[in-house]
Amino acid sequence: MARVLMKGNEAFGEGAIRAGCRYFFGYPITPQSELPHFLAKRLPEIGGVYLQAESEVSAINMVYGAAAAGARVMTSSSSPGISLMQEGISYIVGAQLPCVIINVMRGGPGLGNIAPAQGDYFQATKGGGHGDYKLIVLAPASVQEIITHMQLAFDLADKYRNPVMVVGDGILGQMMEPVDLEGTGGEMAEPSKPWATTGMRGRKERNIVNSLCIVPEENEKNNLQLAAKYGEIQRSEQRWEEYGLDDAEWVLVAFGTVARVAKGVVDKARKEGIAAGLIRPITLWPFPEKAFNKVIDQVKGFLTVEMSLGQMVEDVRLCVQGRQPVRFLGRPGGMVPSVREVYEELKKMAGVKTCG
Amino acid sequence: MAKIFQRPAALTGKAFHYCPGCTHGIVHRIIAQCIDELGIREDTIGVCPVGCSVFAYEYFNCDMIEAAHGRAPAVATGVKRVLPDRVVFTYQGDGDLAAIGTAEVVHAAARGEKITTIFINNAVFGMTGGQMAPTTLVGQKTTTTPKGRDRETTGSPLRVAELLSTVEGAVYVARVSVHNPASVIRAKKAIKKAFEVQLQGLGFAIVEVLSTCPTNWGLSPVEALEWLEKNMVPIFPLGEFRKPAEWDKNGTGEGASC
Amino acid sequence: MLEEVLIAGFGGQGIMSTGQLLAYAGMQEQKHVAWIPSYGPEMRGGTANCGITLSDTPISSPLVTEPTCLLAMNQPSFEKYAPMVVPGGIIFYNSSLINTGGISVPYPIFAIPANAIAEELGNVRVACNVLLGAYLGYSKVIPVDAAVRALEKVLPPHRHKLIPVNQKALEKGAALGREYRKGGA
Repeated sequence: MARVLMKGNEAFGEGAIRAGCRYFFGYPITPQSELPHFLAKRLPEIGGVYLQAESEVSAINMVYGAAAAGARVMTSSSSPGISLMQEGISYIVGAQLPCVIINVMRGGPGLGNIAPAQGDYFQATKGGGHGDYKLIVLAPASVQEIITHMQLAFDLADKYRNPVMVVGDGILGQMMEPVDLEGTGGEMAEPSKPWATTGMRGRKERNIVNSLCIVPEENEKNNLQLAAKYGEIQRSEQRWEEYGLDDAEWVLVAFGTVARVAKGVVDKARKEGIAAGLIRPITLWPFPEKAFNKVIDQVKGFLTVEMSLGQMVEDVRLCVQGRQPVRFLGRPGGMVPSVREVYEELKKMAGVKTCG
Repeated sequence: MAKIFQRPAALTGKAFHYCPGCTHGIVHRIIAQCIDELGIREDTIGVCPVGCSVFAYEYFNCDMIEAAHGRAPAVATGVKRVLPDRVVFTYQGDGDLAAIGTAEVVHAAARGEKITTIFINNAVFGMTGGQMAPTTLVGQKTTTTPKGRDRETTGSPLRVAELLSTVEGAVYVARVSVHNPASVIRAKKAIKKAFEVQLQGLGFAIVEVLSTCPTNWGLSPVEALEWLEKNMVPIFPLGEFRKPAEWDKNGTGEGASC
Repeated sequence: MLEEVLIAGFGGQGIMSTGQLLAYAGMQEQKHVAWIPSYGPEMRGGTANCGITLSDTPISSPLVTEPTCLLAMNQPSFEKYAPMVVPGGIIFYNSSLINTGGISVPYPIFAIPANAIAEELGNVRVACNVLLGAYLGYSKVIPVDAAVRALEKVLPPHRHKLIPVNQKALEKGAALGREYRKGGA
């Protein structure tokens, strides 16, 4: 099948539609605008609903309602807007509803800027809102992968009745790459949602969507159920990509756009005789600790590269547990590390003398 | 022997937790009667608030959703857009709707969202301990206005029905009270109309219900009813502020219930 | 083959769509491609640039920070980006608007009067495609025909009447590029 050239932001929309999503609620913010533009045009054409809310606070609560009604539903925003959604996300988790949330991350804190960043890693992977909970977090690194991740995101959300966040940044969103849509989407079995509040219509028992659990003993039980679910997700859903890892001595760790830069670094290092490889976490949560355990005895050290002051590096250190050195290179505030600067850092770590 | 009075099918039978003399129970019952009379119980999804009526999902015998504080109109929007042929209502207090959820209700109204909102105005935050609400009267003592609400520093009561009656999408806006049998009967008519507006797909409908809070007002149940009539009704005038234009033309809905 | 092309100029010079044309044509020629626009407030007017990567193998980093080719459409972008071109790279610049000031670089640098040619063709907006044509004619990274064929994919349907003038721009540029290749012009 012919490939088509597509922007990342449009691919989020196309992938969602192919995954059976028909409902979008959101509030405008840069740099994810092409996504709502795309869905505002496409969703009504296929019998879906695109609704621009009055705020991100409302948008995520509309998502809550649509998810409660049993729909595959999504929202999309960028860092400051995602901060506003945290209350609603916590409620969605508490009520065990499935939905997909896109965060096209930008430079912070505060208003920051609209340049690409990864400073929302903690917010995405460590809970984000109030209470003890986790989101499943996917980090695509190409436009093609955005398409497949949208399907995966909706499937995981339904499977675990938990929100799934897909994170990107302005580069991934604005970038155009060829995508092959063959084999994506199409006919799918609508997941059964007997818990949905759709009106009783002959059902004997009322359905109640709720996160209120006033009795501490019962709420503890609820939390422990969530914990069991998260344990299962950690065991079953770790995903990562390995690049040049088989005989790697020096392993770069990076996700999303930065992983693309890191691949460039691996290519360059390999050409110049350094045995470099890359672990690219695809699920930021659950963090792919299995990938680290696999290579821990073979490698000499890890270099984590992020567009932040160092967030994922904490998870890398938790996996490595002091068994190997872990180094960090970060560019915060909307700056993108270049192949050259990461390579220089890698050489330093590998003890290679810098020429010139 | 014919039963002439019984629990509406749209109530579960669980005993209300409300304080003695609180009128939440009356309004719950009115809503349930309307749902029964319209035959919509199995098509209805209710969205309850945060506040005293946070447990409303235990009382209404239909599918229910518990929303975050103030967000019920947004949640109801999500449900209604997915299930446009069902009936969706929100039940919200004055902290929920008129303070933290002002944006949600105004914009649900502006969109002409085809939902029904029942708004309980008792001039005080109940559940959190009797604090000032946006609807608290000037001079009214609350736990956060111990010397009475001072217009100079805390403003004056927000008139939600009047405010929303300026919004085109809010096609039915009424304020009613439940302080005596006559007002209860009028309240029921208005609430039924607010559901009929939705069933006819006309737009957003809201009924503001003046309600009592004997506990936080520091009054007996009877005194509270008297206080409502004497102090709240003059500030929050009762009546229908907006009715669907369609009803004026052909009388649909109007004659059916009023 | 790994080509990293930076196209830069003023907003409104057709920088983005010329870049997309190159990416689309490359894709149709079975190359791995990526297109990335300039990012940040620059998007809102002023300078515009985009990077296009064309490769025989999957593209690691799609960010064009060390271009192998610069297509410069105005003076500021020439001055900013010419020094970034890697050794062994190549520059085509719009000599209608750019004064190189006798710049000395260790790689080929070719003057293309893109605006003048576009004006001759009757539409100054196709100037950037003259530059692209020159690059393709010179480098043969992909055939000029591929870019011509991609026009109907990249131009929205209501602009398809502009396909002939864009085609001429590509071909005029390609002829100049081929001349340069032969050592002429």
